[in-house]
Amino acid sequence: MAEAQNIPAGSTTAGAIAVAAESTVATRMSAPPSFDVADFPVPHGREEEWRFTPLNRLAGLHDGTAVASGNGVKVVIDAPDGVIVETVGRDDERLGKAGIPVDRVAAQAYSSFEQASVVTVPKESVLTEPVRITVHGEGGTAFCHQVIELGAFAEAVVVIDHTGDAVLASNVDYLLGDGAKLTVVSVQDWDDKAVHVAQHNALIGRDASFKSVVVTFGGDLVRLHPRVSYAATGGEAELFGLYFTDRGQHQEHRLLVDHNNPHNKSNAVYKGALQGEGAHAVWIGDVLIRVMAEGTDTYEMNRNLVLTDGARVDSVPNLEIETGEIVGAGHASATGRFDDEQLFYLMARGIPEQDARRLVVRGFFAELVQQIGLPDVEERLITKIEQELEASVA
Amino acid sequence: MATLEIRDLHVSVEADNGSREILKGVDLTVKQGETHAIMGPNGSGKSTLAYSLAGHPKYQITSGQVTLDGEDVLEMSVDERARAGLFLAMQYPVEIPGVSVSNFLRTSATATRGEAPKLRTWVKEVRETMERLHMDPAFAERNVNEGFSGGEKKRHEILQLELLKPKIAVLDETDSGLDVDALRVVSEGVNRVRESGEVGTLLITHYTRILRYIKPDHVHVFANGRIAESGGPELADKLEAEGYEAYTKDGATQ
Repeated sequence: MAEAQNIPAGSTTAGAIAVAAESTVATRMSAPPSFDVADFPVPHGREEEWRFTPLNRLAGLHDGTAVASGNGVKVVIDAPDGVIVETVGRDDERLGKAGIPVDRVAAQAYSSFEQASVVTVPKESVLTEPVRITVHGEGGTAFCHQVIELGAFAEAVVVIDHTGDAVLASNVDYLLGDGAKLTVVSVQDWDDKAVHVAQHNALIGRDASFKSVVVTFGGDLVRLHPRVSYAATGGEAELFGLYFTDRGQHQEHRLLVDHNNPHNKSNAVYKGALQGEGAHAVWIGDVLIRVMAEGTDTYEMNRNLVLTDGARVDSVPNLEIETGEIVGAGHASATGRFDDEQLFYLMARGIPEQDARRLVVRGFFAELVQQIGLPDVEERLITKIEQELEASVA
Repeated sequence: MATLEIRDLHVSVEADNGSREILKGVDLTVKQGETHAIMGPNGSGKSTLAYSLAGHPKYQITSGQVTLDGEDVLEMSVDERARAGLFLAMQYPVEIPGVSVSNFLRTSATATRGEAPKLRTWVKEVRETMERLHMDPAFAERNVNEGFSGGEKKRHEILQLELLKPKIAVLDETDSGLDVDALRVVSEGVNRVRESGEVGTLLITHYTRILRYIKPDHVHVFANGRIAESGGPELADKLEAEGYEAYTKDGATQ
């Protein structure tokens, strides 16, 4: 089911489907998950989970030299009535329930934060307005932990905006009670120097639905690790991602969907456009269907559009299947380029160069944007994509 | 009346061992309402002429002149040439991922007409033109040229020709790779545009077959980067009988 087409020089698209083999997803990590940073050796860059990441641009998040400063990030949570927003200490029992840090930076974040934010949507409350969380970088270094918990049959939309400049390592937990519905939009609209490394853990309750929309535009280095596991059966996860990687930027999205319970669904679609010298996008899509996960239905896809020379994509889907009793499982990855011949063809029909590029990039993202289901977010993304294009050509 | 004038056109391309001259002094005048067939063997430079007129960056104009109604075409960018009324139906149309045919057609019509066509009449216009070219309406929702068969790509080129209504249409081997049915459908499309009397057509072809469907007013034999002989439709009959041998023998082959 893997496919690859029109791969420009300097890009890789590799994929694997392993059946009933030893867990490659687990063994590819150099250390087992842990909350304690001391359990992870300092990475040297050749480990599977670090091999695409330029460690020298992590601002010391990986080797213990990054120290929290007072002016790290300012977090403001604006929640509608009925939502409980708390600031809690490290010992709060709700922290760390959705997942365990899987690499040294996530463990460093977990070992270093002093207070955490917990946003609770009580059971059966259906929000009509989104919860808005702004994380604004103020130039320093910060370690954060956030928990968003939905009680049974609660429904909420959460929009998390990252702006400004900061060095930020964080863990974000999403806990979905039975029958809950959560949509989270995480926008990484950082300034040019920001470094942002985060692990997102979603634990999906029985018959609950989780929709994640990850949008990455800015930053010098952004490395996100969205992970999903299931507490019971009947759960559904939709993971949508959109990135626009500019000159010199490193944007890395490493997904893991752990089908650790039977009869759950997952669908991941990530699309990225790249332009400029040294633009580097990495997409890792790990899907694990464990032996008990009968009735699993999963699909993952990554598409990249390379707009100029000098950009690089590494796209690696991995699907690991330990039971044959599933509804469906598939993956696809393709990287194509917008080249001079395409430009010539469109211009030969009277379309000016700028408009030609816009046409192609809009078309590329349109299908994905339409699936978000939040009109104001959709409109904002289209506008932002156009700004990125304008800025690049100017 | 729109007139395309090509005067002593020399064109080179960059090759591994330096620059190589492909067009060696082409002279040709195409007027609105006329149909000129340019015929010649492979490698004679026919396609180079087509792409040079459209402004493909690969081809360097080393000397000569091209004007459309007196305006210097060579000074125009690719999109300006198209908006000035020059159209190239390509031999190898390019796939554009993520862009639907309907969006592409409307964007190019808006660009060449200078304003967005009125939606209601536009939809009807596209639908009817597609019907005449025996194209399935579902075609409009596919991505431009992506996964199209050879025949579909050529129909799509002629669909654009009919919708964009250029002053001068250059058809680069539109007939190659088509079966007889597709050739007939495509030729009918070209003839509808010609019958308007408002387009000058430059029909570039290797074969005489298409000339049974599209009757040229003038036939030119292209060899070794220039026009070796010009005549009326009877010249095509001569080529049909004798081939290009007479033009390639005397040192004309490359």
